[in-house]
This record gives sequence, structure tokens and C-alpha cells, in this order.
Amino acid sequence: MAKITFIEHTGKAHTVEIAVGKSVMQAAVDNNVPGIDADCGGECACATCHVYVEPEWLSKTGLPEAGSQEASMLSFAAVTQTDSRLSCQITMTPELDGLVVRMPEGQH
Amino acid sequence: MSDTLQRVVIAGAGHAGGSVAAMLRQLGWQGAIVMVGDEPIHPYQRPPLSKAWLTGEASADSLALRPAAFYETANIDLRLSTTVTAIDRETKSVTLGTGETLGYDYLILATGARARKLDLPGIGLRGVLELRTAADADQLKSALGPGKKLGVIGGGYIGLEAAASAIGLGAAATIIEREPRVLARVACQTLSDFFESYHRAKGVTIEVSAGVAGLEGVDGQVTGVRLTDGRLVPADAVLVGVGAMPNQEIAQAAGIACDGGIVVDLQTRTSDTAIFAIGDCTKRPLPLYDRTMRLESVPNALEQAKQAASVICGRPAPAPEVPWFWSDQYDLRLQIAGIPFDATQIVVRGDIAAGRFALFHLADDGLVRAVEAVNASTEFMGGRRIIARGKRLSADKIRDMAVTMQELAA
Repeated sequence: MAKITFIEHTGKAHTVEIAVGKSVMQAAVDNNVPGIDADCGGECACATCHVYVEPEWLSKTGLPEAGSQEASMLSFAAVTQTDSRLSCQITMTPELDGLVVRMPEGQH
Repeated sequence: MSDTLQRVVIAGAGHAGGSVAAMLRQLGWQGAIVMVGDEPIHPYQRPPLSKAWLTGEASADSLALRPAAFYETANIDLRLSTTVTAIDRETKSVTLGTGETLGYDYLILATGARARKLDLPGIGLRGVLELRTAADADQLKSALGPGKKLGVIGGGYIGLEAAASAIGLGAAATIIEREPRVLARVACQTLSDFFESYHRAKGVTIEVSAGVAGLEGVDGQVTGVRLTDGRLVPADAVLVGVGAMPNQEIAQAAGIACDGGIVVDLQTRTSDTAIFAIGDCTKRPLPLYDRTMRLESVPNALEQAKQAASVICGRPAPAPEVPWFWSDQYDLRLQIAGIPFDATQIVVRGDIAAGRFALFHLADDGLVRAVEAVNASTEFMGGRRIIARGKRLSADKIRDMAVTMQELAA
């Protein structure tokens, strides 16, 4: 199991546990964390599981590759930043134990 | 009710019901939540039933909307294998199939839709199936495999997806469609033609403009579909996928306004202000298109679940979204943004022959009404934004791949 902290737009934090190998989006859905809609169920097809990765974790999560499906989806997400990711595309690894992500004000 | 704790009762534990229960807790609903569902299992996702579930790529775990433990943690009282059989609006209470009576402060009807039945000779034979539930999917799955033959009555999304899955499992599939093309009710001619040739190239037999006279069998087990022209389509199993009907009867019996679906507003309120309805069972306004209609889709269920949960928690309902749909067949992902109402022109962006394209449906004045995208998610995402913003585009600009979708949507 690995820990992830989701910080809502309001600043409210939710720390949850998820099995290694599952996605960051799944951790939010399984624990009913508000602010991740995940409309398409994790298929990288809707951009409603958008998060901002905290700076100290960016080197471990990485950024979407230029020209990838994720980058293309993100270009239509609400209020993207340079640290934007789709959480369905971040798979939990032991190295990501303790990951902190923030959520945008809305997913639509 | 005896104490100050308010209670929400949710009739139906599908995608809509399961989602609204979770969203109520997300938005801070402190009262009781009772969710009543006729199936024996926790809320799950139906879209994979005709796809990854049939082909064995999805586990029961991955099908679940949320882990079983969630309902206990979130204090959601789940009553499975029973239904709400009657609503008493006077006393604000519902009766369950078990005979129990439950009071409510708010009632959410998430009763879904059921498969339309065909009145045909032999329809009761073993092996004649429909596909709405996990139990249906398990029956279908056990009838498929190498050397088996699947007959599909109805060339809609369910039929096409099931045929694609059958082929993936090494079975043969024949689609029998009454109209002159598949997807006749839900897609344009160009898209129908594309899917028809793709399925044929994969080995599916497609009979269009074909009437079904009846089902034939031996010892109570279906063996084929008899067409009205006399031919027999041999089959070990027959899937009937000819549309769905809203489960509106309990609402109707309680005097709640229904019109081919339970009538709701953009806050998902029915004609009774304490009763909401969400998902496949509703007839809802589509302000973008100045119409009301029933939308059978997961995005619609989620959108309405958000609206109902927000209103019940005393928040404004989120603004209505552009309707969207998706379908996976073989290596094709079809995503549709909007509905082509009032469209008079279709513009192709991309390469149909290469299986990567989008069809833009425009009104006379260039207003984009719908975008049907095949393996073109960027066009789909851009299309949603363009439709939401009411943008007008010229056909030349849409066709020009040197203009990016980001530029088109800006």
C-alpha cells in the first residue's frame, strides 16, 4: 500500500491508501475524495481527473509526453498549469508513497 | 420521521444511484442514505459488460463503482435484491418489495431502463438473451467461444459491441438489422458505413433491411433466427439489442409527470419537489438544443447525479454539460460530443480510410452541433468545448489539419 494526499481547492486535505499498481485516480474514487470526477472511469478520455503535482514529486511522477493522449486531453482541461497531470495516468509505485497532489477548482 | 436526521432514499443502485449516494457524502450530506437496488451486487459499471467483461479483460473488482467497504465507511444503507414498489407522496414514504415501509425527506428515482422486448415466436427459448445486467453478461459470456455462433438482433451500440467481443473470443457473429444501415437511430450514414465495413472486415456478417420472422430451436434451446425472407441464420445464442424503455412505472403510479421518461428539470426535480430523478429513466431538458429527451449514457447519469446531490445539499446545480457518449469496438474508440439536431452539413476532419477521423455536424450558419470522433480524442475534446461555447466554424477550417483543434476551439 502507498499513501497519497489529495488537497482540495479549498485547502482541505485527504490522505488515503492505495495498492501499488493502481492509479492515483482510483485512490480518489475508492475513497470518495471530492474533486476528482473521473467521468470516463480511467480511460484517459475525458480529462475530469485533473490534478496538480506538488513540486517535490514532479521528478518522480514526470510530466505527460509531448504529443501523448494525456497531453492532448489536458490541453482541453479547465485551468491547466505546468504541473498538470491526469491522475488516471499516474500509476502508484513504492517511490510515489507519500505523493501529494492538488485539485483544480472544477473538472468541467 | 421521529428525529431530526433527514433521510434520502435512492430507488435504484446502478451507475446513477451509486454515484449520487457517493456525491451526497462528498458534498457533506449528514443525514441517512438508503439505496435500494434489485440486483444482488453492489453498484457497478455497465459499459464494460458488452466489452472488457465479455472478453474476460475486466474483473468483478474493476467493474465495481466503488469497493464494497465504501458503503459501510460512508454509512450508506444498501438494500440489495429488492425494489421500491410504491411511492406514497402524502406520507413521504416508499414501500419495498420486502414489504418494509421507509420514510423519506428526499426521494431520488434512479430506476434506469430495461431492454425493449420483442414479441416474436420462440422469444422464450433458452439462449435468447438481452444485455443490461452483469447476470445477462455472464449468460452471454458462457455462450461465446471458439466455434460458437452468435446472432444479434439489432445493429445498435450493444449489438455492435457484443459482435466485436464475440469475434474477439473466436466466435462467429451475424447482426440482423431492420433498418437499411446499422446505428440508424444514433449515428449518421458516413459513420454507419464506416462501422459496417469495419465489422465486415473483421468477419461479422451483417444483414440490413432484414426482418425477423421468429426464433427457432430444438428441445427449448435456440438454434437460429428465421428471417422474413425465409433464410435461417444459425445461432447457438441470440442477443436481442433493440433499445431500452425507461423504468417509470412507480413514478407514474404515484402521479409524477412522465412522458417517455420521468420528466425532470435542470435540477433533476420531478413534478414533486421532494422527488428527484436521474439517469436513464429521465426525460430531461437539453438547453443547448432547446429540446427535452432521454439520454441513455453514463455521462448523463453522472451529470444528473451531481445536479441532484448539489440541490439536496443546498448548493446550486452545476451548469448543464454537452451530452457525450462513447463506444469501444475492436481497436476503435468512438466518442460523440453533442447531438446533431438541426445540422445540415457534415464535414470530415482526418482520414476515414485510416480509421482516425471526426465528423463535424454543422447547422446552416456554421454552428457546430455534434462531433463524432473515431480514434480522435482531441477532436472529441475540442468538439465538446466548441459546442459548449456555441462556436461557428467554416468547413474549410475544420478540414485543414494544419489548424490544430486547440486553435479551432480557442
